[in-house]
Amino acid sequence: MEFSWDLVINAIVTGIVLGGFYAAVAIGVTIAFGMLDIVNIAHPAFMIAGAYLAFLGWEDFGFDPFVSMAVFAPCGYLFGRAFYRAYHYFFERRGDESLQGLAFFFGILFIVEIGVVLVFGVDYRSISEPYLESSVSVGFVSVPWRMLVPFLVGLGMLGSVHLYLSRTFTGRTILAVSQDVEAVRLIGANPIRAKEIAFGIAVATAIIAGVLLIIIQPVEPSITREYIGRAFAICVLGGIASIPGTLVASLILGVAEALTTTFYGPSWSPAVSFGLLLLTLIFRPVGIFGR
Amino acid sequence: MAATVLLGPYVSEYYYLATYTILQFIVLGTAWNILGGYGGYVNFGTAGFFAIGCYTTIVLNKIFPMPLFFEMLAAAVTAGLVGLGTGYLTLRLRGVFFSIATLALAIVLQTLVVNWSFVGGARGVYVIRPPISGVLMAFFGFFVPNGISYVQFLVVLMVALTMFAVLAAWAVEKSWIGIGLAAIRDDESAAETSGVPSLRLKLIATTMSGAIMGMAGAPFPYYVTYVDPATAFGLAIAVNSIAMPLVGGTATWWGPVVGAILLGSAQQILTVTISSAANLFIVGVLLVVFLTAAPRGVVGIVRSWKRGRK
Repeated sequence: MEFSWDLVINAIVTGIVLGGFYAAVAIGVTIAFGMLDIVNIAHPAFMIAGAYLAFLGWEDFGFDPFVSMAVFAPCGYLFGRAFYRAYHYFFERRGDESLQGLAFFFGILFIVEIGVVLVFGVDYRSISEPYLESSVSVGFVSVPWRMLVPFLVGLGMLGSVHLYLSRTFTGRTILAVSQDVEAVRLIGANPIRAKEIAFGIAVATAIIAGVLLIIIQPVEPSITREYIGRAFAICVLGGIASIPGTLVASLILGVAEALTTTFYGPSWSPAVSFGLLLLTLIFRPVGIFGR
Repeated sequence: MAATVLLGPYVSEYYYLATYTILQFIVLGTAWNILGGYGGYVNFGTAGFFAIGCYTTIVLNKIFPMPLFFEMLAAAVTAGLVGLGTGYLTLRLRGVFFSIATLALAIVLQTLVVNWSFVGGARGVYVIRPPISGVLMAFFGFFVPNGISYVQFLVVLMVALTMFAVLAAWAVEKSWIGIGLAAIRDDESAAETSGVPSLRLKLIATTMSGAIMGMAGAPFPYYVTYVDPATAFGLAIAVNSIAMPLVGGTATWWGPVVGAILLGSAQQILTVTISSAANLFIVGVLLVVFLTAAPRGVVGIVRSWKRGRK
């Protein structure tokens, strides 16, 4: 497309708004992969579970997406705790995380994706509420509420997770687990329980991110694959376990994707996140804030 | 080999297609296992390497037609080099970063192919099967007077490739490379301290594994005659190449073979009787069930059963 500053500014604004949503997607990976050392590549599977639950709630009961978040995120939290228990029992306890555990998450991702195909088919599903259809414009830049809601919820989630981890006892235990499991045992806290709670939170954030996803765009099952790349690119670029890093990396990815889509077309956008991920792994595996 | 050909007139074409698919999965599972099973490094990008093989054939077929054997060699070189490059850039990091990089590699390659109109882009491309070369025809004519069909030729080729792949895996397993990889799998820092050249071994394994996956992909365009990115980079390939070694057992050369035969035949039967989406679902479920209940696969079950009898 022809170059013009209007387009650039529009793309940057869109990218920043998109980045807020990507922060919601990546925060769960930052917790699970960065802090707990659990390579949860099934994270996008929990996301599409959230998206399709929101769709069902909206279609069958007329749930507003915010009602869906309030109802399904706690379910996700409980499921995540049970899921971590099983993962710990079968893989962590045996020391099998690196091969069997990784393949296990891959299997779960796959089962959820094909399961959704079998139940809902491969058609696109979407939800719509009147307030999502309007947009906010400042000058020549206009942002629809469809994008603004996920942006604001994403920032809110990042902020609350940050406060929880830095201000509460359990939150600090979770941060401590990410640094030294033995030391956590010595102060009398149970690292397995802390990891269980943290994984529950990670799954809950994935469910919310899924609801946000179906607010932004129509959803179909294979969309998960793009989000593996986005979530891990952000997590690695942000320095794996850092919440401010996650925010900055999300914004970078959002802007990079928006610029690519504007000037080269949407068919190149999947390559942006994965390309960024490969480049980060090659040139700066500790992330932008790493030392 | 002769048996496959001699049965020709008596067996319907479907069995050849099914056999080809199962053999292809034995090759892919065995190739995956050289790095994943022996070295403990999970490659999620099998479909990417397989597709490199497919598209090498497609490109060569378009610009400079040559016998399939040379196309397979070219595919092996291309995929092997991509494996070497990916490995060189990411194998110094923790193993999980290599896994994530392979996942990324497959998607980046798929995006490139989708946007590359010379090989058909997202719409895909039709491939014309070249004639079977005269020498080979004379060779088969010795066994079957009427000669063989192209699909039969591909099955024979796949039998040869399967034997080659399994032999290569066996050789790796029994040599110093396999012993070194096993040491890396069990404890990488301990292995390095005792003088195992871990980066070099991992690079050898990644290159071999990638090259064999590429070779498995090279005949595929002639098998299906129409290739689009969604098929070449198919999810079924990525999942099966991981599920088959893990279900069969990763520590030995025969584990992936057992796993591929079991899962491959089960899928052929399920595709015919139920549907292809359902059969992929069952592969996923079987993978998870085996990982949790029998983490050493069929090989592990057989071994503990033998030990129990003694």
